[in-house]
Amino acid sequence: MKVTAQPTADTLTLLLDGELDASSAIVLDTELAKPDILNYRKVLVDCAKLSYISSAGLGVFISHLQRFQDANVKLVFFNMQEKVFNVFEILGLDALMTIVSTAAEAEAA
Amino acid sequence: MKSALRIACSRRSLQQVRDFVRNHLSSRQLPEVTVNQVVLAVDEVVANFIIHANAEDETQFLDLKLDMNDHDINVEIADNSSTVYLPGQHQSPDLSEYIRQGRKGGMGMTLVNRLMDRVEFFTRGNHTVCHLSKHIF
Repeated sequence: MKVTAQPTADTLTLLLDGELDASSAIVLDTELAKPDILNYRKVLVDCAKLSYISSAGLGVFISHLQRFQDANVKLVFFNMQEKVFNVFEILGLDALMTIVSTAAEAEAA
Repeated sequence: MKSALRIACSRRSLQQVRDFVRNHLSSRQLPEVTVNQVVLAVDEVVANFIIHANAEDETQFLDLKLDMNDHDINVEIADNSSTVYLPGQHQSPDLSEYIRQGRKGGMGMTLVNRLMDRVEFFTRGNHTVCHLSKHIF
């Protein structure tokens, strides 16, 4: 699992590459736990190369979501593969998180 | 078609488990979403055995068996330690509350129960065994 951060003035884009499971979730957790992340207005998560997510990966996002909301930082997922979106959908997380199709929609969200 | 795999109780074994399940299912033209659902269910149960039943003790091991026919995928995951691990009755988590609490865990078995058609944990001798099944069409 590789996480690449691409900062701009008010937006941080995180590119996820690989499989997010109970072994690799710590890599993402470390990135989302950085205090500076709350200085951005938006955190966009590019899931194009995220080929797998388990409950441990979902748990990392869930555990930081309230902290982001309290700081008025919007978390937006985009470019999600169908099989990965299906996992969010099965738990009903697609109704609780912002998931859009394209980068343009994510920027506009 | 049957396959078997033995893994050490380490989180690093999870990739090996997923590759094993994917390779086994690749012999059939199943939808990618279906394959991922079976891979995820097995990964979740194995992760629970590794973390909760064996406290990531790499001297312990799990045995996996996969069997697929025209109608079903059947998976057996057997824990070789003598710790009895029987997850409680499945309940739907309140995810809004999980978000409010910043909770990381507690969704794995919910996923397994929603992904598979049959989920059973039982003891065989002093070992815990999990059987998972999913209908394929």
